[in-house]
Amino acid sequence: METMSRDQMRVVQSERLRDTVERVYYNIPYYRQRMQEMGLAPEDIKSVDDLKHLPFTTKSDIRDNYPFGLFAVPMSEIIRIHASSGTTGKATVVGYTRHDIGIWSEVMARTFTAAGAGKSDFIQIAYGYGLFTGGLGAHYGGEKIGATVIPISGGNTKRQLQLMEDFGTTVLACTPSYAAYLAETIEESGISRDKLKLRVGVFGAEPWTENMRREIEKRLRIKAIDIYGLSEVIGPGVSFECEHQCGLHINEDHFIPEIIDPDTLEVLPEGELGELVFTTITKEGLPLIRYRTRDLTRLNFDKCACGRTIVRMNKCTGRSDDMLIIRGVNLFPSQIESVLMEMDETTPHYLLVVDRVNNLDTLELQLEVEDRFYSDTIGELQALRKKITHAVESATGLSVNVKLVEPKTIERSEGKAKRVIDKRKLV
Amino acid sequence: MIIKQLSVFLENKSGRLHELYSSLGSANINVSACSVADTSDFGIVRMIASDPDEAYNILKARGFSVNINEVISFATPNTPGALASCLKILAEAEISVEYLYGFSVGEKSFICLRCNNPEKAVMEFQRHKLELISANDLYKF
Repeated sequence: METMSRDQMRVVQSERLRDTVERVYYNIPYYRQRMQEMGLAPEDIKSVDDLKHLPFTTKSDIRDNYPFGLFAVPMSEIIRIHASSGTTGKATVVGYTRHDIGIWSEVMARTFTAAGAGKSDFIQIAYGYGLFTGGLGAHYGGEKIGATVIPISGGNTKRQLQLMEDFGTTVLACTPSYAAYLAETIEESGISRDKLKLRVGVFGAEPWTENMRREIEKRLRIKAIDIYGLSEVIGPGVSFECEHQCGLHINEDHFIPEIIDPDTLEVLPEGELGELVFTTITKEGLPLIRYRTRDLTRLNFDKCACGRTIVRMNKCTGRSDDMLIIRGVNLFPSQIESVLMEMDETTPHYLLVVDRVNNLDTLELQLEVEDRFYSDTIGELQALRKKITHAVESATGLSVNVKLVEPKTIERSEGKAKRVIDKRKLV
Repeated sequence: MIIKQLSVFLENKSGRLHELYSSLGSANINVSACSVADTSDFGIVRMIASDPDEAYNILKARGFSVNINEVISFATPNTPGALASCLKILAEAEISVEYLYGFSVGEKSFICLRCNNPEKAVMEFQRHKLELISANDLYKF
């Protein structure tokens, strides 16, 4: 599959696309309605060339049909649910049939294989296990290739390093910022790197730069492989780097990529920068047509030095919406606004400052002091800060440092206020 | 007897305190008492100004976040135990003190105090014949 010619791939994709369009038309009322409104019937979609006629799907379409409205099968066929954060507290829910779990294992198996992992490897999975797709996604892929999987999940760094040494971990799977944090902890705690058998890292779930990759590779003495995925499409396993690290191979026999102009929605030619869109063509539980990821990248259809012919995408260079990823958690500034709105009828002037300190993301919420909540006592101001921190944590799962600032210090602008400053150098 | 105190929010940035006082100074407003309460991130400057309403307007116009609160002010002999006996009076009357600031020169000590019931505090101090300082004494020095 990974080395077939472009023509062969077209044939495979077209057939699978036809099946999927039928599946969504006859099983998902939402898609049937959208297609009927556009005057489209399943027969109109004959090949991948017709993909551009189909409607787009967005995160809010999934949320509007919370929790299971977009599933194409009865719940008795769904054997797994995962969820990720949505814009205003409602999670984005995804579901998998047994067949889907098989696909997911397969694409993650390809991912690990491309990273050079095999049966004799010990894979330490420090992605979070739970509703987040990272942990279990990597887990099933690791088992599929026959490696020895260590499902340690996130956190408890001391124990991570202890087991890494005791078990002889060779492959590390976690977020790149956590990998950098582990590197630092190893150096600071005086653990000898020679005692560890780490060889390769499989890192994703957040954007990271070439600089950061070089740093991790140097400090951990491993090859650091970039992987990409999103729960809506399947989870991790949508695309992966090979040993040449020159673009991420997309599992396009399962997920057809397109690049569109985020404003005009036109499909852009190969090589142009635009928003990445995916159509799933093998999933049964939650098939998605032209799902807008909001991630910006380009596509490259040339054959790779590794021999794979499946299309590559660049590392993502940004987003076409205002979503942030902080410590692996999705955050929309509008979530913060909702919290602040509850303080009174109007939102006070605020600014979110995101930074990276000691390889961990930090989030600061600057809030202009306004007369209606300014108090003469330190105690009351501190209580206010605490109240906001609490409310933000409940709404988003993130801990924020509230910094009170003087009035008029946050820049005003005409039109949409600039609410976020991201100081992390991610490009 | 109830005195208007200005309370200003300041970030911990160099020059803010100077900016605050020069705004008042250039408007010919005198500050007769002040105190700065600080945390690592911000400070609250409390002061008694010679024209509290005018000072309020000036500071607001300059973009500061300002409140006016009520405090009482009194004088005691500059001797050990003098302040303690004043605080005892308040405690017995079940009045709780938020904060106070003071200074002694010569034979007298002057205290500015914020509590949860200034009217009652004034009554109690008058009953015990303490020397309360009136607003007029402070406002136009």
